Amino acid sequence: MFYISVFFQYMAQYMKTKLQYRTDLLIEWLSDFMAQAVNLVFLLVVFGHTPLLHGWTRDEILFIYGFFLVPYAVFGAFFNLWDFNERYIVQGEMDRVLTRPVHSLFQIILERMELESLLGAIPGLIIMAYASVRLSLTFHWYDFFIFILLVIGGAFIYAGIFISLATISFFADARTSIMPMMYNISSYGRYPIDIYHRVIRYILTWVLPFAFVGVYPASYFLNKQEWYDYAFMTPVVGALFFAIAIMLWNAGVRRYRGTGS
Amino acid sequence: MDKYVEMIRIRFLMMLAYRTNYYTGILIYAINIAAYYFLWAAIYGDKPSMQGISLGQMTTYVAISWLSRAFYFNNIDREIAMEIRDGKVATELIRPYSYLGMKAVQGLGEGLFRLFFLSLPGLLVVSLFLPLQFPENAHTWLSFSLSLLLSFVIYSELNLLAGVVTFFTFRNEGLLRAKRFIIDLFSGLILPVSFYPDWAQRLMDYFPFQAISYIPSMIITESFQGADVRDGLIVQVAWCALLLLPIGLLWRMAKKRLVVQGG
Repeated sequence: MFYISVFFQYMAQYMKTKLQYRTDLLIEWLSDFMAQAVNLVFLLVVFGHTPLLHGWTRDEILFIYGFFLVPYAVFGAFFNLWDFNERYIVQGEMDRVLTRPVHSLFQIILERMELESLLGAIPGLIIMAYASVRLSLTFHWYDFFIFILLVIGGAFIYAGIFISLATISFFADARTSIMPMMYNISSYGRYPIDIYHRVIRYILTWVLPFAFVGVYPASYFLNKQEWYDYAFMTPVVGALFFAIAIMLWNAGVRRYRGTGS
Repeated sequence: MDKYVEMIRIRFLMMLAYRTNYYTGILIYAINIAAYYFLWAAIYGDKPSMQGISLGQMTTYVAISWLSRAFYFNNIDREIAMEIRDGKVATELIRPYSYLGMKAVQGLGEGLFRLFFLSLPGLLVVSLFLPLQFPENAHTWLSFSLSLLLSFVIYSELNLLAGVVTFFTFRNEGLLRAKRFIIDLFSGLILPVSFYPDWAQRLMDYFPFQAISYIPSMIITESFQGADVRDGLIVQVAWCALLLLPIGLLWRMAKKRLVVQGG
């Protein structure tokens, strides 16, 4: 209960500071939107030259992409760890975090949340709606709840991977250049997994399970029965990777000595 | 001049201290490029070529454009923005060198480091399992090297320009981020410019972005031949020169209105 009330207090505080700089907020949202537009343009341009991608149509791929944007927005809002090393380890902020009465990871999530990222889900929903109309997809009443479950699962997979990456800073005191590159790799989960060589397919499924944030869960809504097993594993994989990340984090915190700054 | 060379050396050595995390970097680059290869293979299907580019050339294009990016990429726009916010820029300005020049050579030091410790080993790893096609013509390599160097100059100039704008706006993270994505999209990094619809291609001729990635990558894949290579290089040189103008102008204005809040 204490955690929940802390959460809402931080959220209220966050709103106040953000609304102080409204133009910043707008520009930030626009630049987030543009970041996504890059991928959308890629898809649209490519499908200007070919009708099918390994048997998948343009609208199916667009749907996968739209779906991906939703868990990604949730992840972006709460797990903003990309400058964890700089901010918390190198500058020594971690010392302060450790004196707080909540779990250190929770504290950092609160400090770094960017709720405006949630707006990124809106383009995703629009793209999904557009694609489903063109594909004349039908939905059941319970699909809404499955959608929520798969989105949460996907966001936890992302969170698990990026928290695990952030914990590297506890073990090796080096700047890590891995994160930006990981963002690139994560985009490959948005394409039909069967186009890849089996090594990459294996990596995207079990090692860096980005396929669970795009193509697997989306294929449930696209009625691709052959991927249903994977689609329903999304929440399980999410919980698993998140749990591993928390364990790594706790182990890392135990090793943390501070930089003395 | 000596002090600039020294700064390149220092940056290179600074990066060298962190070289271990580049080993994983190479691996991730390799996975990245391999995934791109399969994506393109699926896009090609059984078409022998698209827009005059074969799958083999496209694979090389993708590999080279990502590895080139490691060389020309730098964060000097962010560094300038950070130094303005921290107030460090005040001490930088009283030092006996050109602030922007120093930033540019720091970027070069970093770029050279990544060229030797990320791009070249990365290229080696990728060529083990992907069918890359390298030109045998020494002339092509020479043109490519020149073109890549010009890419660095243009990219850094755009970064300096964005950095100097911070003197007027104080906070412009959004702008810097937007600039990065525009460059990724329109430089030909993720997609050769020739794939875009005609109107978009015509529009892009008015911007310096394709001089960053598209031109060198088209040269190394020999998709550009003869006069095209020459024209490409001329376009790059022209942008290098042209971009100096707004930088110089804004820099003169910026120095006058710089306000350091504490620091």
